[in-house]
Amino acid sequence: MIDQLSWKVGGQQGEGIDSTGEIFAMALNRLGYYLYSYRHFSSRIKGGHTNNKIRVSTSETRSISDDLDILIAFDQETIDVNVHELRDGGVVIGDSKFNPTVPEDLNVRLYAVPFTEIASELGTSLMKNMVAIGATSAVLGLPVESYLEVVEEIFSRKGAKVVEKNMEAIQRGADHFNGLSGGQIDGFQLNKADGMKRMFMIGNDAIALGFVAGGVRFMAAYPITPASEIMEYLIKKLPEFGGTVIQTEDEIAACTMAIGANYAGVRTITSSAGPGLSLMMEALGLSGMTEVPLVVVDTQRGGPSTGLPTKQEQSDLMAMIYGTHGEIPKVVMAPSTVEEAFYDAVEALNIAEEYQCPVILLTDLQLSLGKQSVEPLDFSRVEIRRGKLDPSKELPDTDDKDGYFKRYEVTEDGISQRVIPGMKNGIHHVTGVEHDETGKPSEVAGNRQKQMDKRLRKLNGLRFNVPVVKQAPHEEADILLVGFNSTRGVIEEAIPRLEKEGLNVNHAHIRLIHPFPTDEIRPLIENAKTVIVVENNATGQLANIIKMNVGQHEKIKNLLKYDGNPFLPSEVVMKCKELV
Amino acid sequence: MATFKDFRNSIKPNWCPGCGDFSVQAAIQRAAANVGLEPDNLAVVSGIGCSGRISGYIKSYGFHGIHGRSLPIAQGVKMANRDLTVIASGGDGDGFAIGMGHTVHAIRRNIDITYIVMDNQIYGLTKGQTSPRSDVGFKTKSTPEGSVESAIGIMELALTAGATFVAQSFSTDLKELTSIIEEGINHKGFSLINVFSPCVTYNKVNTYDWFKEHLISLGTIENYDSSNRMMAMQTLMENKGLVKGIIYQDKVKPSYQDLAHGYSKEALAKMDLNLPEEKFNELMTEFM
Repeated sequence: MIDQLSWKVGGQQGEGIDSTGEIFAMALNRLGYYLYSYRHFSSRIKGGHTNNKIRVSTSETRSISDDLDILIAFDQETIDVNVHELRDGGVVIGDSKFNPTVPEDLNVRLYAVPFTEIASELGTSLMKNMVAIGATSAVLGLPVESYLEVVEEIFSRKGAKVVEKNMEAIQRGADHFNGLSGGQIDGFQLNKADGMKRMFMIGNDAIALGFVAGGVRFMAAYPITPASEIMEYLIKKLPEFGGTVIQTEDEIAACTMAIGANYAGVRTITSSAGPGLSLMMEALGLSGMTEVPLVVVDTQRGGPSTGLPTKQEQSDLMAMIYGTHGEIPKVVMAPSTVEEAFYDAVEALNIAEEYQCPVILLTDLQLSLGKQSVEPLDFSRVEIRRGKLDPSKELPDTDDKDGYFKRYEVTEDGISQRVIPGMKNGIHHVTGVEHDETGKPSEVAGNRQKQMDKRLRKLNGLRFNVPVVKQAPHEEADILLVGFNSTRGVIEEAIPRLEKEGLNVNHAHIRLIHPFPTDEIRPLIENAKTVIVVENNATGQLANIIKMNVGQHEKIKNLLKYDGNPFLPSEVVMKCKELV
Repeated sequence: MATFKDFRNSIKPNWCPGCGDFSVQAAIQRAAANVGLEPDNLAVVSGIGCSGRISGYIKSYGFHGIHGRSLPIAQGVKMANRDLTVIASGGDGDGFAIGMGHTVHAIRRNIDITYIVMDNQIYGLTKGQTSPRSDVGFKTKSTPEGSVESAIGIMELALTAGATFVAQSFSTDLKELTSIIEEGINHKGFSLINVFSPCVTYNKVNTYDWFKEHLISLGTIENYDSSNRMMAMQTLMENKGLVKGIIYQDKVKPSYQDLAHGYSKEALAKMDLNLPEEKFNELMTEFM
């Protein structure tokens, strides 16, 4: 019996590869297994190789595995591209339609199952993925009934007959495989899972759910990979709460519309990826200058320009910290798990309102799109804090000669009382031009300096829950591994292997990218012989930020990957051994 | 009830003496009072340029944004609080050059705001360059040999983009302009009001006298029917766009807010942000 295995299904894009993986994973999630998936896809709708790799485990996992146990192939290309990933003795199940072959020098077991033929016999070749799922369950020794609930949910709208046919396809797939293999094969039976109910979701789902729970009632956005799911979820859900989403003409409109709505008092967000964020840069400056709260999600993908739109990368870091001309207060948050993505989405809204500045919620493609098991979320941790805004408050008459409210009053903490349009005695002016305390344009040198200082000191008092996730059992470490966003799982998986080699390894995952949590990270760096910064970019952006803030240049080393794929645990282990 | 004086503040506009924008400012203030608004229920959102400063010269909630983006900001304000009256304003460069994408989409989206453009066919604040409204042959700092690009027929463009309220006026006709702005505010949907507002410093061609000579009042056209889109288009084309009055109005089409699925009748800004726990659990279950 085993505790984890990896399964992959591949074929041509548009052939139902995703749904095959989805049904397989949903059924296992219901049994209480932990799932973690990785989709290999391209920026096209039909055609081109695609695959969905799913790791199944009896314990929590947040990384793809180095190797593969079972490969389901709908075409020969899937075998050619992926067969070398299979472990010794791994299983390939291909559709007999294309006469699958595997290289002779590999010790893998090939089974040809007539996916398409069986499906056609049952009425439609579309069900070939169900036949493949059936064959898979035979390998794992899972009862076919495990799929019933999921199949019913998906197909019951099409009638009981369709449910029945799909279940039959699964059964036939299993039967056929058992006929070929002569019964269960050794080494593929998973230990029983705990049967606990968990969600199965992507990071974008968690962010979107966080926004709904955190009081977002309006969104303005433009579609882009890998951010669109956030918008799609809110399009579905906001009307239930009276809210709505506008799909704008571009990201400039999305961001400025969000600013307008936030100014008018509604928690409004926008989400995009690198190209969209590039277009929003001027608007981020407007939010900073006018002190209008704003939350923008940046789901990083391969750059620059259109780059690798469907691939993993973490190269927007510098742009998110420094992007926009001039100097503004800005917060950049980087959740490292799907759970954190949920809580951070809520917190981003609070921070934006409390500090009246733009907040970037940074993710990466693998965190945004990697579907995985997630423990139920804790609603009691959802709180709404609006800072110095109370729309129900009655405002006194002002002493300004025009009756203008001091929206930009210089205060000790730099944060002024916020009012929204419609409030009596709250009239003030808002402008991206430098302005005085009532918002009227002013170029007076002394005022300029006061207002700049006021804005920039707002974040001095920033309260942020867990800016760095630390796993630091060693007082003196041989290696400190540092990362952000989705690399957390792969680093956590690499550590026990490095420890086995006799290395003492600490881990710091940075969740508050800006303002940089220097005081939190400095002791960990000081107590490590070598600091290895793991990041999916080519220039070591996070490493450079650490050097800028902490120093210690000589011990900080880069572990970079920018070929579009997430790190594998073995890559981290190998490279760390080279670097120490 | 507020009078137009309640929409005034003490700030002296930085416009040149004789600039057409002064009258537009006065017309907005008068229209706001005439339709019964209070200063704290009006939001004026403006772009960048000479005319973009207008949000600071009217006593109301005012938002002076970034170049070309007054419309998305204004639409955001209105979506957040449908109880507010929202006016977007700016110049022809702001709305028809850098902001043209937003203008066309705001027109077809039809959110209930009023967009007032101060059209002087030139860039004033940057000291005299060509605008998308400049005529062919117009000489400016950026077109010393005369502009070779066609001028945008903005009224015609608005009609083809699905506009529900299209009007044009001239800044010196304060009474007519005020009344058109009132109509625009009362219109249930997006209203575009293009106001010829001469630049006395940089545009020596399209002057007050030039407009007096060339502008045709729709009131003088026999049987002009502003609900007839075809007639509107034909009249514009026959007169090279140089007409004033309400060119077209569709009083039937509902606004975006009335069509948006699920969008609350109560202003979003006034709603409770908290989600009931049962509802949250329900949302979580959907992922299980």
